[in-house]
Amino acid sequence: MTTTDVTGGTGKAVPTGGANPVDVPLDAVEAETEGVTRGKLVLRRFLRNRLALTGLVILVLLYALSLTSPLFAPWRYDEYDYLSFLQGPSASHWFGTSQIGEDVFAQTMRGLQRSLTIGLLTAAISIVIASVVGACAGYFGGWVDRGLMWVVDLLLVLPSFLIIAVISPALRGSSWILFVLLLGMFAWMITARILRGMTLTLREREFVKAARFMGAPSGLIIRRHILPNMASLMIIDVTITVGSTILLETGLSYFGFGVQPPDVSLGTLIRDGSTAALTTPWLFLFAGGLLVVSVLAVNFIGDGLRDALDPNARRGRKVRHDEDPDVEVERPRTPRARQEEPS
Amino acid sequence: MARFLARRLVNYVALCLVATFLAFALAAMTFDPVGKLQARNPPPPQATIDAKRAELRLDEPIPQRFVLWLGDAVQGDFGRTVVNQSISDELPRRIGVSLRLFLLGTVVGIGLGVILGVASAIRQYRFSDYAATFFSFVILSTPVFLLGLLLKYLALELNSAAGAQLLVFTGETTPGFQGGFWAALVDRVQHLVLPTLTIALGQIAYYSRYQRSAMLDVLGSDFLRTAQAKGLTRRKALFKHGLRTALVPMATLFAFGFGLLITGGTFTERIFGWYGMGDWLVYGIEQDDTNITATVTLFVAVLVLISGWLSDVFYALLDPRVRLR
Amino acid sequence: MTTYESDVLADPGRPGEPSAALLEVSDLEVSFPSEDGRVRAVRGLSYRVAAGEVLGIVGESGSGKSVSSLAVMGLLPPSARIGGSIRLRGQELLGLSDTELSRIRGRKVAMVFQDPLSALTPVYTVGDQIAEALLVHGGRSTTPSAARNRAVELLDLVGIPNAAERVKAFPHEFSGGMRQRAVIAMAIANDPDLIIADEPTTALDVTVQAQVLEVLKTAQEVTGAGIVLITHDLGVVAGTADRVIVMYAGKAVESGTVDEIFATPRMPYTLGLLGSIPRLDVGRGQPLVPIEGQPPSLVALPPGCPFSPRCPLREAACDAGEPELLPAPGAGPDHRAACIRTADLAAADAEGGDLAAELFDAHVVEAERVDAETRIDREVVLGVDRLVKHYPVRTGGLFRRKVGAVQAVDGVTFDVRAGETLGLVGESGCGKSTTIMEIMNLDPPMGGSIQVLGSQVEGLSRADRKRIRRDLQIVFQDPMASLDPRLPVRDLIAEPMEIQGFDKDHISRRVPELMKLVGLRSEQINRYPGEFSGGQRQRICIARALALEPKVLVLDEPVSALDVSIQAGVLNLLDELKARLGLAYLFVAHDLSVVRHIADRVAVMYLGKIVEIGGVEEVFAAPQHPYTQALLSAIPVPDPEVERRRERVLLTGDLPSPANPPSGCRFRTRCQLFATLDEEKQQRCIDVEPPREGALPAEPDAPVADHEVACHWARIRTVV
Repeated sequence: MTTTDVTGGTGKAVPTGGANPVDVPLDAVEAETEGVTRGKLVLRRFLRNRLALTGLVILVLLYALSLTSPLFAPWRYDEYDYLSFLQGPSASHWFGTSQIGEDVFAQTMRGLQRSLTIGLLTAAISIVIASVVGACAGYFGGWVDRGLMWVVDLLLVLPSFLIIAVISPALRGSSWILFVLLLGMFAWMITARILRGMTLTLREREFVKAARFMGAPSGLIIRRHILPNMASLMIIDVTITVGSTILLETGLSYFGFGVQPPDVSLGTLIRDGSTAALTTPWLFLFAGGLLVVSVLAVNFIGDGLRDALDPNARRGRKVRHDEDPDVEVERPRTPRARQEEPS
Repeated sequence: MARFLARRLVNYVALCLVATFLAFALAAMTFDPVGKLQARNPPPPQATIDAKRAELRLDEPIPQRFVLWLGDAVQGDFGRTVVNQSISDELPRRIGVSLRLFLLGTVVGIGLGVILGVASAIRQYRFSDYAATFFSFVILSTPVFLLGLLLKYLALELNSAAGAQLLVFTGETTPGFQGGFWAALVDRVQHLVLPTLTIALGQIAYYSRYQRSAMLDVLGSDFLRTAQAKGLTRRKALFKHGLRTALVPMATLFAFGFGLLITGGTFTERIFGWYGMGDWLVYGIEQDDTNITATVTLFVAVLVLISGWLSDVFYALLDPRVRLR
Repeated sequence: MTTYESDVLADPGRPGEPSAALLEVSDLEVSFPSEDGRVRAVRGLSYRVAAGEVLGIVGESGSGKSVSSLAVMGLLPPSARIGGSIRLRGQELLGLSDTELSRIRGRKVAMVFQDPLSALTPVYTVGDQIAEALLVHGGRSTTPSAARNRAVELLDLVGIPNAAERVKAFPHEFSGGMRQRAVIAMAIANDPDLIIADEPTTALDVTVQAQVLEVLKTAQEVTGAGIVLITHDLGVVAGTADRVIVMYAGKAVESGTVDEIFATPRMPYTLGLLGSIPRLDVGRGQPLVPIEGQPPSLVALPPGCPFSPRCPLREAACDAGEPELLPAPGAGPDHRAACIRTADLAAADAEGGDLAAELFDAHVVEAERVDAETRIDREVVLGVDRLVKHYPVRTGGLFRRKVGAVQAVDGVTFDVRAGETLGLVGESGCGKSTTIMEIMNLDPPMGGSIQVLGSQVEGLSRADRKRIRRDLQIVFQDPMASLDPRLPVRDLIAEPMEIQGFDKDHISRRVPELMKLVGLRSEQINRYPGEFSGGQRQRICIARALALEPKVLVLDEPVSALDVSIQAGVLNLLDELKARLGLAYLFVAHDLSVVRHIADRVAVMYLGKIVEIGGVEEVFAAPQHPYTQALLSAIPVPDPEVERRRERVLLTGDLPSPANPPSGCRFRTRCQLFATLDEEKQQRCIDVEPPREGALPAEPDAPVADHEVACHWARIRTVV
């Protein structure tokens, strides 16, 4: 339930409105962008968003730094400097040392690497589950839908924080990979709900009907038409999940329910550092700062991706005065009532 | 109508029960409450351990334990903790503490969040919009426990600058506080500010983002144009027609926002030493206590579902399209 | 503006003098920022409207007609850059502040928007929203209760039955037509001098369109206001406007009185546009003029006439500079055209003949007319017998309960025989789309039976179904929605063949063939649908449908999402394919003129039932069901003379809910004939559902025609 779903935008100076600015026929604009593939267009829009670009650069740099730091850092994360306890930043210990002589820089880098890796892996697991569940529930409807959505409701009633915390005693002493699996198992519900909603719309779209009327089997339709058309949403959601998972992971680790010693994550570092936070702030400020910066970077990337991939979802309606005649006239309407979103 | 509501209620109750059972079963499977006893030095006699096992019904199958616990729970007895204290005695106080925090955080969060979001949307692409956006992003990227720590740190600076204990960051009242009503109130407020702020900041950031985009959607809508076409100024049209309509989708967010709050609340209670339900949960897991865990889970499940139901009610109130005809 | 003495009666100004112009727009320029640069949506538009006059502004999507009217209202988004001058009774509107403009909007100038479904605020009652318009401008003297009472009067004026009750309704409780009436009521609330109606009927059904146009006429009579009517439908303009401006690429390319524009167009674009519309009163013999190409991008316009790339009269001089809007030679003083070859056009016109068809090289597709006589001998490729489809209805919103059943299709019977086209027509909600979905699903129907190429749908095995799908294909209404945007054209056209398991060689041979067949270049094989225009996309859809060489093609409103000039090309293609490949079409449409052009037989649906069916000539020449008559009469003909002569049959009210259809004859609640019947006859309509029977012959001793009608009191009435 830790959604960091940030709608709203960081924005650009020009309201783009996607490919359909005021009163310009689609064709006129498209003639202009002819030859420009969708991928290039998305890339162009993304690169123009300075905050998102900065986020991407920072995230890549941080991750690269955390992975390569053992190569150049003077201390390893599990080494102790018995000559230096609780010292502030210095030439040898860039981020200072802890009570027992651990090098805070090495530990922070290790923690950052762990936290980012956990975030990325969890998002990957979660999107796989979410897309299978969401697409199946939405496409097949009926009892498949009811059953799957009941499970989603159930998991939403139980905050994932709670479940993982309850299971955590069983994880003591086991690999962090298990922890990732656990996080992944409880991070997919909201995405699945969104994807289900989108599948419901896609299912009624004419190209899906067209495929059905050609005799295409359901599996093929889902693979070929439904999932690819939700790709932008899935990409956006992956970034959101990365951010929220890092927050959840560090939170759990902070309470000792997550990454277990001797392994470290940003959460355990902040916990260990916070006991004496007011006198020796370097113990948690570097870890805390890097945590905020990385999640912020992830969120900016997500926001930029949303702008680039799905411009109509947010800005389009704002500047559209469609002149398109007839489109709305007598569109086949399904009398089936609008699907309700249970809460 | 009544039948429909009843069906919905049954579904809610079923969800609560299954959720609680899941938490109970998971806890019972992973917790090892006698482990600490056994690890004592010198080890206690086997008879003591057996007695404890019997007292905690550890040797009975989990479903049976759950049914027994539930049977008592519906009568108001939520069992005893590992260290043999009554949960029911402690429960009301803890619920009170948590609800005070949650409700205040929600009210402040929604109120300020909506205002911030609307202001942001109306002044889109101006400095204040960027500032509000950046603030929300930073808050949403900061884990609650870190936010709490930072606020604590700031409060300390403030207190030392003021030379007095303006803001207190442990507990809900000063233990053993003596004084009149007003003094007691001031004392409570001094304790309340930091935890409430910790919770509300996240809520403000969350609601303001959604309110901003709901408002932006409305800004380009045809009906706003109609309102202007009949002679309302843009400003008046925005507030009378735009804001009112943009509030509708917020109702559905309420349920999710509340879920966010519960997790955040747990951290906040723990950091500021408030002995609420969240604190209890962490304590319960640390103590390998199945009954506390199940009780807190039930509480959380009920809260989430009430918020979902309230969400429905708000939605119906705000949007005539879903009102009963 | 002196030409219209009769209209000047309503004009309080001094006729003949420039200041008499109510609205004067000169050199209007509007541009917007876009991803690719500034879009110059309006490029130097000038026009005047006199009091009491109806000015029609016609153009296709993106011609700048809506933007120019929003500029008059001062309602363009802030990102728009506006230049030129807009004067209302001499007062310059450009540059006024929002507060100053808000005093003019709604009081002096009012506007009716295109989409009535989104034009009203969903959370306030209709009455409150109308009253608000009065209260904003009323000052202190208007009390809320007075405004409320006036709102009731206004709703009554625009023809909302039971107005006193309905003011309390929320917009979602109104149908589209009723909402548009409410918007009109709002617009006339303060007795404005000018009403701008931006595509006011585009989103509505034809019968409702006729009603709303009538209401607009009433509104004009009541207020004496000038009206700017913006539309893409030349038929609507022909029947309502006094003067017409034709817009193309952000500019006026021709202007004049309505008769001049329709009778002697002097700009090739106008000529082509007029020739591209299938006419209800002509039918199959009419060659439809396709205007090749598409409107230019307004981002970086090349110099020269913007229409020249599509123009059959293009010559080198056309690309030298953009022609001015000048008086057309040999025409009235007010008739202007922006073309350097107007004189040649005039000369060619003088020679007579179908100028548009000659110029644009349009032909009637020579197909053998399927013979009604031999119909019975031909194979039934698609048969539907007493088909029934009901949907459960639930209450909306939160508390969804099943409260009844929508009788979307209730006993529909028809057949399509080899090589013929059946047009299935009716308004939104009549069940025609449900019917074809039921056919395409190939699932056993809820009631009745469906037979495709000799096989009954019930009891088909999976393999049978797959086999039948080869012979039964569909083309949807919206070509953008029916093509997966993420697949290139090759994959789109190959998809049905891949599903049916054709080998790769066959597919890669076949795809270019199909593209050629529908008039696409095979170099475009790796492009994505987003890179094609609407008409081209529809061609891709047709190519895909033809990939398996089907025998029956179901066409679900295949041209209604397209601009008229593009529509003609697709219709011609369909005509040609049918002749070449011997296909049978089930052509679903709401536009009867299109059906008249393309179909051999026509079936008219109302509320889930077929009320009249028969050969196109028989039904159109001698419609017998009152509904068919009303439907035909509601369709505007793009010819002002014909429009003036025509007698309108106006239907009352909206389509009843299909969840609770009227007893007996379902049409009786709106039937113009029913009202004239005596009580005994009326009782029969109420009690007995009329069976479908062979229609009376048009002439007493004519041979029995292919024509059936479901009306107790059917009689012939010519309305076209």
